[in-house]
Amino acid sequence: MSGLGHLQRLEAESIDILREAVAEAERPVMLYSIGKDSAVMLHLARKAFFPGRPPFPLLHVDTTWKFRAMYALRDRAAREAGMELVVHRNPEAVARGIGPFTHGSALHTDVWKTQGLKQALDLHRYDLAFGGARRDEEKSRAKERVFSFRNAQHRWDPKAQRPELWRLYNARKHPGESLRVFPLSNWTELDVWQYIARERIEVVPLYFAAMRPVVTRDGRLIVVDDDRMPLADGEVPVLRSVRFRTLGCWPLTAAIESQADSVEAVIAEMLTMRTSEREGRLIDHDSAGSMEKKKAEGYF
Amino acid sequence: MTPSDAPAQHAAATPDGQTLLRFIACGSVDDGKSTLIGRLLYDTQTLLEDQLAVLAADSRRVGTQGGELDFALLVDGLSAEREQGITIDVAYRFFATARRRFIVADTPGHVQYTRNMVTGASTADLAVILVDARQGVLTQTRRHSHLVALLGIRHVVLAVNKLDLAGYSQAVFKAIDAEYRAFAERIGIASVVSVPLSALRGDNLIAAPSPNTPWYRGPSLLAHLESVVVEPPAATAPLRFLVQGVQRPDPEFRGYAGRVLGGRVRPGDAVRVLPSGHTSTVARIVTYDGDLAEAICGQSVTLTLADPVDVSRGDVIAAAAAPPAVADQFEATVVWMDEEPMLPGRGYLVKIGATTTGGALAAPKYQIDVDSLEHLAARTLALNAIGVCTLTLDRAVPFDPYADNRDMGSFIVIDRLSHRTVGAGLLHFALRRSQNVHWQALTVDRAARAARNGHGAAVVWLTGLSGSGKSTIANRLEQRLHALGVHTYLLDGDNIRHGLNKDLGFTAADRVENIRRIAEVAGLMVDAGLVVICAFISPFRSERELARRRIADGEFVEVHVDTPLAVVERRDPKGLYAKARRGELKNFTGIDSPYEAPETPEVHVRTDETDLDTAVERILARLAAQGILGRGSTGG
Repeated sequence: MSGLGHLQRLEAESIDILREAVAEAERPVMLYSIGKDSAVMLHLARKAFFPGRPPFPLLHVDTTWKFRAMYALRDRAAREAGMELVVHRNPEAVARGIGPFTHGSALHTDVWKTQGLKQALDLHRYDLAFGGARRDEEKSRAKERVFSFRNAQHRWDPKAQRPELWRLYNARKHPGESLRVFPLSNWTELDVWQYIARERIEVVPLYFAAMRPVVTRDGRLIVVDDDRMPLADGEVPVLRSVRFRTLGCWPLTAAIESQADSVEAVIAEMLTMRTSEREGRLIDHDSAGSMEKKKAEGYF
Repeated sequence: MTPSDAPAQHAAATPDGQTLLRFIACGSVDDGKSTLIGRLLYDTQTLLEDQLAVLAADSRRVGTQGGELDFALLVDGLSAEREQGITIDVAYRFFATARRRFIVADTPGHVQYTRNMVTGASTADLAVILVDARQGVLTQTRRHSHLVALLGIRHVVLAVNKLDLAGYSQAVFKAIDAEYRAFAERIGIASVVSVPLSALRGDNLIAAPSPNTPWYRGPSLLAHLESVVVEPPAATAPLRFLVQGVQRPDPEFRGYAGRVLGGRVRPGDAVRVLPSGHTSTVARIVTYDGDLAEAICGQSVTLTLADPVDVSRGDVIAAAAAPPAVADQFEATVVWMDEEPMLPGRGYLVKIGATTTGGALAAPKYQIDVDSLEHLAARTLALNAIGVCTLTLDRAVPFDPYADNRDMGSFIVIDRLSHRTVGAGLLHFALRRSQNVHWQALTVDRAARAARNGHGAAVVWLTGLSGSGKSTIANRLEQRLHALGVHTYLLDGDNIRHGLNKDLGFTAADRVENIRRIAEVAGLMVDAGLVVICAFISPFRSERELARRRIADGEFVEVHVDTPLAVVERRDPKGLYAKARRGELKNFTGIDSPYEAPETPEVHVRTDETDLDTAVERILARLAAQGILGRGSTGG
């Protein structure tokens, strides 16, 4: 398959994975988190099922703490793809008013995202969920399968993973069990950006540098996106030219100082970058083996 | 042959000119494999500061390099691995230079090596095999090489590592290189490039020659990985397009979504669809980015055909002049991957291409010792064992030998209950004689026969106690069908037990064989277009299931001729029940051998409540309902 360029080869493999998963699932769904990886995954899905529409809905597990620009793009992207958008907010989290400032990042993430995701999958009886995770993101991800099996409690058992060979994915499961499928497993952050540039995929403007109101917490640049952030005495948001490498809940995602205001500039900047993208994810630093632990509990 | 100094800096410049190389790194920690991979990541600036900081902290805490960076910790991603100091699983690593993107499958050297190495090698274009210059070619080197050759990797880089500890001796390098080359040639590895290395010190890793090896004339390891041309044999083979699904977004469009697994395809190409054998011409290559003039090996596209032929998931659209063989029995090499050993004859699920079907593996012809390639006798295959077996599938599938096309000749074995992937295999050749018969779309096929006959074909299977009235109903049914112009044949004890099955007695094994032969004969007659009436006591559910499985869905009509034991015993036309009661007949159904009544027969006739003609009418009605009898034939 040497005749294909590397982005072509990655694209062909992802389309293969998407088609294979849909053929083997009863109620597939695509986890859509509005970030750049979701944008690429959605684009690949539109390609995979062209001239038809992707035969599954998009699911956004909302925390009510995403950036406003993310909500705007979410609704437009689903509409343009002609796909149903299912939004799930954990009713318990809504009722208790869970938020990162009042309850801490760990509880916030667990209740809104991990529990919320499990609720949504159970509620709609989805048996296969596409996710935009990549193996280059994190050490425990590097060992995850493309078709990743979850038991009826949505748990991942890293020691009992099915061997995965050639392009032969085992999608067999019993009722109640489910699969997480990662079409971008073999992509890197740079691939994702190069593909966004090549395919002119729309992403949230927060990925590009602009003057934004910023406060510094524990050395991290937090952009104040609405009036829910309690400011300390004398703490005043300052306008700085920043952008994001990764997007999550706004109080939990640190920005970086940057002048890169276009896809090309972002790619150029990334090539000189000496830290990984998940550096900006506060929840990853909670404890050692953090991601592996969260994944075992059902986090994406 | 020196790659750019800061490789990643240019990675974005020409992304479309960049290619992707997947390789597997084989060797143990002792050979310096983790150091090698870590250095490649570090020197191509893939390893970033925060990851490096974590690595430095981990190295101080649990490292084995005396506080120095312990690159092994980079690849041990799971907590359990770090705690136990072992690598459990295949990890995939990524790095890039200006010319290429690399995906490295990093597999542990010791524990579970076969399962993990086979997994990592299955998608690799090339293998890097490490040897310690002080040790040379070891048993482990040969074992890794055997697996690499088995999985069809044609390009090997022999990394002669730790040459610094052997005084950077050219003689040492040359001796190891020569020994390995001779060995590689014997096991069918075509291309070997040896590189003298010290991964720890960086000699010949990124740039060559290192000042320490002025005698070396070849490329650095990275330069070679950047430039080596790896074209799989499938790329230049005849077209193989695997259909994953059918796209029908509107009534006008019918396209086949899939992937080119061999050769290339252009509109106007003459193609044959396997296994059906229908021929057509490629009309369009449809993609989101517009129609293509050509799709090459590896691309995922959607094809439309010029003719409205029947194509479904799992089919292969192939070059009409060179289609793959279609078979249901193969000689295969099987790698067992589950704690529970392979059970010969057990029904497993087998996934091949986009088809998942039932299948079974016979006891191995032999097991292969991966250290020596010796053939060992074996009754089964345990975890990590490799053997050659006969694979039989429930249906025929198109395939190519693995050596010609990896994706057309590979399969996985799935346990029916646990759904675990328990094995993986490589197809070598078909064992049934049909291997080179490309199923022509039969000019005289079942549809043609049905059209000529004016009716479909089926088996009417009458089961019930001795004396229940099976033969009476069978005879009347055949008369009625004959009068309706239906081609029929009646199989019963008289024409079977005295001829075809006269060598069989009444033991359990003989009874199964009796029914199997009857089902085979009935199946052939159904293929020939007949309505076959079978009248046998056939007391066991499993035997009747055996017969049903031989016949296509919708063409097997089970009729339970249900007469209470008291009634048949009173009738006792041949005096058999009386004999059995006196103990003169053993294993007599209903007396000292059970009758397992059908749970859901197509027709249930209570002969003590229903007269003969009504019973026959109900069977005819059922045949009509299943579409076996045409409109013209039921009216007469």
